[in-house]
Amino acid sequence: MEDFKVIDDYLCVKLPEEIDHHKSAYISENADRLILTEQVSNVVFDFEDTRFMDSSGIGIIMGRYRKISCFGGKVFAIHADRQIKRILTMSGLTRIIEIME
Amino acid sequence: MIEIKPQEVCEKAGKGFMKNEMSMEFDAISNNESFARVAVAAFVTHLNPTLEELSDIKTAVSEAVTNAIIHGYENVYGYGRHGEVRPVCCKIRDGKVYLRCRIENGVLYIEVEDKGVGMENVDKAMESMYTSKPELERSGMGFSFMEAFMDELEVESTPLVGTIVRMKKKLKCGDWVKMPEGE
Repeated sequence: MEDFKVIDDYLCVKLPEEIDHHKSAYISENADRLILTEQVSNVVFDFEDTRFMDSSGIGIIMGRYRKISCFGGKVFAIHADRQIKRILTMSGLTRIIEIME
Repeated sequence: MIEIKPQEVCEKAGKGFMKNEMSMEFDAISNNESFARVAVAAFVTHLNPTLEELSDIKTAVSEAVTNAIIHGYENVYGYGRHGEVRPVCCKIRDGKVYLRCRIENGVLYIEVEDKGVGMENVDKAMESMYTSKPELERSGMGFSFMEAFMDELEVESTPLVGTIVRMKKKLKCGDWVKMPEGE
């Protein structure tokens, strides 16, 4: 659970080295639980350790975006490397989330 | 000293030298997604692919294998994060995914096959953002990613028989033998 931190109104999710379908349920379930119990409105995905991501990662981000955007929340992606940025751009997610260094 | 350039080595060795094949089969559980993509990545390392090519291949393999597991065999839950058995909703038990790879003249061919439920409408499934299992929060971008990251994609599917996904990618550096540069 050290991968999930609540700071003020933000839930920070430290993503694993590889994001695939196998790991996605764990991330989504825990993030959703914290969004509900801690009443956070924004989610930050930290890609610092992430070296691989497939479309399951897009599913995780899209799912969380749907949950918080109706309450005015925002989704951020930080520390994304070139490959991750490429995948985020290709999927069109860059239009709904904010990518920061 | 005789200078031999990588190209010459390949020419001297003949084109047959540039061929390599592998095939494997594994259980249709989500743990094996990472195994499959790492195995393919290791298989192509001889060709000295760029990091970007390697990521592209791994992503495409991951998408195809994930599709085989959760759609082909409908093994939605599989095993949990720590290996514990979660409620399994696998319609076809003991399902296997078949992965075949071939390298020929710097071109990588990948085939991912499952003997699962198959698809009625392949074109519909290949549409971007379409997913037959919205409850799983899949983005519906698996086939789009395979198409974007590989040069060619071909899907063959028969309901109740199974699905074969064939992908092809030309690697920029098709040199089989790498010689030290300079001297």
